[in-house]
Amino acid sequence: MSVPQYRKAAALALVAGLGISLTACSTKSGDPQNDASGKVTITVDCQPVGAQKELLANWNEDVAEFQRQNTDIVIKSVSVGEQCNNPPDFTARLAGGTVTDVFYGYMTDLAQVLDSGQAMDIGEYANAETIPTWDSVDPALKEVFTDGGKLYAVPVKNYSMGLVYNKVLFQQAGLDVNNPPKTWPEVREAAKKISALGNGIAGYAEYSAGNTGGWHFTALLYSQGGQVLTEDGSKAAFNSPQGRQVLQNLKDMRYGDDSMGDRQLLQWGDLLTNAGAGKVGMFVGAPDTTQAIVSQFQGKFEDWAMGPLPGQDGAAKGTLGGGEGYFFKKGLTPEQVKAGLKWIAYQKLTPGKGQFDYARAKPQNYPVGLPQPLLFTNGSDAQKQELELRKTNANVDTTNFAVFEANPVPIKGEPRNAQAIYAVLDAVMSGVLTNPNANLDALLKTAEDKVNQLLAAQS
Amino acid sequence: MAITSAPAASRVTGRPAPPPAGSPRTGPGRKVRDNLTGHAFLIGAVLCFAVFSWYPMVRGVVMSFQRTRRGETTWVGWDNYLRILDDPSFWTAWQNTFYFTALALVLGYAVPFFVAILLNEFRHARGYLRILVYLPVMLPPASALFLFKFYAYDPSDAGLFNAILKALGLPTSQWMQSPEMTMPAMVIASTWMNMGSAVLIYLAALQNIPGELYEAAELDGAGIWRRIVHVTIPQTRLILALLAMLQIVATMQLFIEPLILANGAGAEDSATSVAYLIYQHGFFQNDLNGAAALGVIMLVVLAGFSAVYLRLTAKQD
Repeated sequence: MSVPQYRKAAALALVAGLGISLTACSTKSGDPQNDASGKVTITVDCQPVGAQKELLANWNEDVAEFQRQNTDIVIKSVSVGEQCNNPPDFTARLAGGTVTDVFYGYMTDLAQVLDSGQAMDIGEYANAETIPTWDSVDPALKEVFTDGGKLYAVPVKNYSMGLVYNKVLFQQAGLDVNNPPKTWPEVREAAKKISALGNGIAGYAEYSAGNTGGWHFTALLYSQGGQVLTEDGSKAAFNSPQGRQVLQNLKDMRYGDDSMGDRQLLQWGDLLTNAGAGKVGMFVGAPDTTQAIVSQFQGKFEDWAMGPLPGQDGAAKGTLGGGEGYFFKKGLTPEQVKAGLKWIAYQKLTPGKGQFDYARAKPQNYPVGLPQPLLFTNGSDAQKQELELRKTNANVDTTNFAVFEANPVPIKGEPRNAQAIYAVLDAVMSGVLTNPNANLDALLKTAEDKVNQLLAAQS
Repeated sequence: MAITSAPAASRVTGRPAPPPAGSPRTGPGRKVRDNLTGHAFLIGAVLCFAVFSWYPMVRGVVMSFQRTRRGETTWVGWDNYLRILDDPSFWTAWQNTFYFTALALVLGYAVPFFVAILLNEFRHARGYLRILVYLPVMLPPASALFLFKFYAYDPSDAGLFNAILKALGLPTSQWMQSPEMTMPAMVIASTWMNMGSAVLIYLAALQNIPGELYEAAELDGAGIWRRIVHVTIPQTRLILALLAMLQIVATMQLFIEPLILANGAGAEDSATSVAYLIYQHGFFQNDLNGAAALGVIMLVVLAGFSAVYLRLTAKQD
């Protein structure tokens, strides 16, 4: 072959190679999900990452056992990172249509998921036949994932916020570890004593960046009895005496007492890193933040306890609730939906199995005994079984959460357009925590105007 | 496989004889065949640009005129643009971005030039100094910014910059926690991270200036400052102009600095840039269409700036 022919051959090979590469990159949308042997295959996300060795082993064990019991179903697990719903990644997967057949999402994600057109109505399939404990699942949680009478996801976790505190620092500061502050003035006093320990310890820490500031402003506002939006959701309602009180409390602690530490503009990982290092006395969080402190930020379970969210003059008037569930991708066959529901029933909603396999979790570095997930209706059989198993296998000192459990606070959900509103409210939180001369009324008024503009634009 | 032979050479000129009229070996088809290898290699680059640059740009423009709700995409004309203009953070983001660009021009543009002049004066250890200046460029931007965030800009007295200020008896700063200091702090970090490349380019340009020009200037009694003004700057004018444009285009796309140093918007929105606002709309506010509209606005502004720049420099040349 002459040199020019070699060149032609090389050129043709290059073109063919590129074509093949591009074809290989394309999505195989027409893949049959029922193979020749009649097995139904579903992809499921939120498989724990490699660094979470025990959780990953548990998941893989659950998949193997589930497939052994259901020989006609194949589960293909997909890991999407340690935080299963990191909003930017989640948005990209939704927009790109690359979500798995059964995909994880927060309760606040329903609107976004519906707008993306990726979820299907599973109302006709979710029942006691596919999910044996379905009738015990709290109807309020099902309602969160329902829109226009159609059910789009199965709830698998529910939590409410309280006051998480470090017992070791409480003891060092001479505070009663069994009697956490119940009001914001008490929190202020305790924070003053804890920060007086020095060594860069913040008595009370709070978020003010990455939308987490707005998220916690909402929780603090609920504790005062305030609302983020008006009843019809058309206007901002946080520029109120309750909203001002939230900011005044923070300003007093930050600049009046200097009890919130020097570092601000904190978001989720920043605060929990400090907490894991023993540099935070108190913060607002859900029970499973203690798990994150231990598994991701090198803290110890025994150091942490929890009380109810404080109120201004007495018990809190409300607390922020949240949770998560699994959506089903539009276009699945009925067999796939039923297979997905069976899997979720097995791994997430059966006492003694999957996330409720407390006997398996007990020897692992994974907490058993936390007062969550609050999935089942009070008094239901499933709840009784779950509580009994939790009590029997508890590996954390449940008395650390006794005050929290004994003093339930009414739970309120997140506002409509939560993330967009939180982004605006971040500026309120960062303003009060970084500017000693912050004008609280001006901060609230500016944020109110912004949220009203935002709501008007999105209506 | 058919083998085509070259046309017989003309006995008079030695050049190939022209093919007979109407031969299939004439015309554009022949040219394409002759350059098949070149075209084939070009396909790779063209496909890459088409798939990863041009298609997303066109798609972005299309999306900016659409709205997707409940899985259905509809044309909404200029609605997304009007909505974005109504966004309370829109003007703040532009103001912050222009402020950063201006500061970066003063600091990030001038400092590398003078560092290059300084390095050019060194007779010894020039290579080591170049490596030293270039080292930060090799550090991943995220790592460099985390160094600044946790080590240099710590608002307590333990922070590097605050410790230096305190040792000098100067007042300390809250750095990223102060709305007034947010932008200067981001420019300092950005300049430190990126100036290595600019310094090397300036150095190359400086070394191309004929030494006789400096000698003549010295003979005429010009001091160092006059030599810089009357020899160095005019001789490096083209490079200076090119880097100015690249610098402005790059700094207008400010994103990673606010994301890491300020955890996003910063104290009272003082770090919100246009690129960060696009990210907020697209990935946190379920508003990809609004993000696309803002992206197009940014594209138009940058394209407008580039056009003005090209026109001005063309006139100068």
